[in-house]
Amino acid sequence: MVEVEFSDKEKELIRICQGDIPLCESPYEEIASLLSLDSGWVYDTLNRWKNEGVLKKNRGILYHQRAGFQANGMSVWMVPDERIDEIGKKMAEFDDVSHCYHRPGLPNWNYNLYAMIHGKSKSEVEKIAKKISQRVGISDYQILYSTKEFKKTSMKYFTSEIENGRNE
Amino acid sequence: MDELDKKILDAIQNEIPITNRPFTKIADKVGTSESDVLLRIKKLKANKIIRRIGGSFDSQKLGYRSVLVAAVVPEEKLDNIAAIINRYTGVTHNYRRDHTYNLWFTLTASSEKRIDELLEQMKKKTGIKKMFPLPALKKYKIAVHFKMSRESNNGGS
Repeated sequence: MVEVEFSDKEKELIRICQGDIPLCESPYEEIASLLSLDSGWVYDTLNRWKNEGVLKKNRGILYHQRAGFQANGMSVWMVPDERIDEIGKKMAEFDDVSHCYHRPGLPNWNYNLYAMIHGKSKSEVEKIAKKISQRVGISDYQILYSTKEFKKTSMKYFTSEIENGRNE
Repeated sequence: MDELDKKILDAIQNEIPITNRPFTKIADKVGTSESDVLLRIKKLKANKIIRRIGGSFDSQKLGYRSVLVAAVVPEEKLDNIAAIINRYTGVTHNYRRDHTYNLWFTLTASSEKRIDELLEQMKKKTGIKKMFPLPALKKYKIAVHFKMSRESNNGGS
């Protein structure tokens, strides 16, 4: 495991960017002035992080139910180990699949490939899953719908709780 | 929400550029002015269509580790147990799903060891023994993008 070290200045920038960036003409200038940092450094650091993959991107995140995507189906697939890479990549090509991960099994559960499917309705999610099934040639799958959302938020990194080892 | 709002939602889900005037780029893309884009974004945020506009970081590259956890919880205790689990700041998603494994949540912490410790703590606090960590052995895609307008040509990338 590579240990990554971030300076206090960098952590401050992460703490502000992981929340809401200011909605104004020049949000990054505003961030620089809020943190009393040089805006050139802010641009350079954010761009470097983007190149390194530390920052995936700055973007808008929606409340998907309110945006019309009511059905959130976690599809789980039983895939032979030797085909998992090939099939994982094929599933990733579907626009309606947002996440696709290989995970270990569970007691009484041999599903090893997970693909989150978002649709406007359950029947739409089912149609997408059927299409995926035909494309990859795997018929052993289930869709677990979320029937209650207890929590949905973005991770807050380098907060005082976590730095002090508390996580509650 | 009109067609222009939908195009803006597609564009901002794709990316807010890291430049001096990022909203002019979005305005050019969807065919309106910078001030109109900002006004509409503020409205969509007030109306709770947009949850957040900011950075998505790679937890692993920040030195953190995360797992999906599947748990078997008696139905009548589900609300209480979910509330206990939600108190952890490293829990970002927590859902009831229609299966014997009926509670699914994500847990992010500063190391694998810390994740194990937190899970042990959660098991003790909730009395739930069937709580299984499912780390990602390989990630093939992470690209959350809800396509709003039929006319937008950008999918999740």
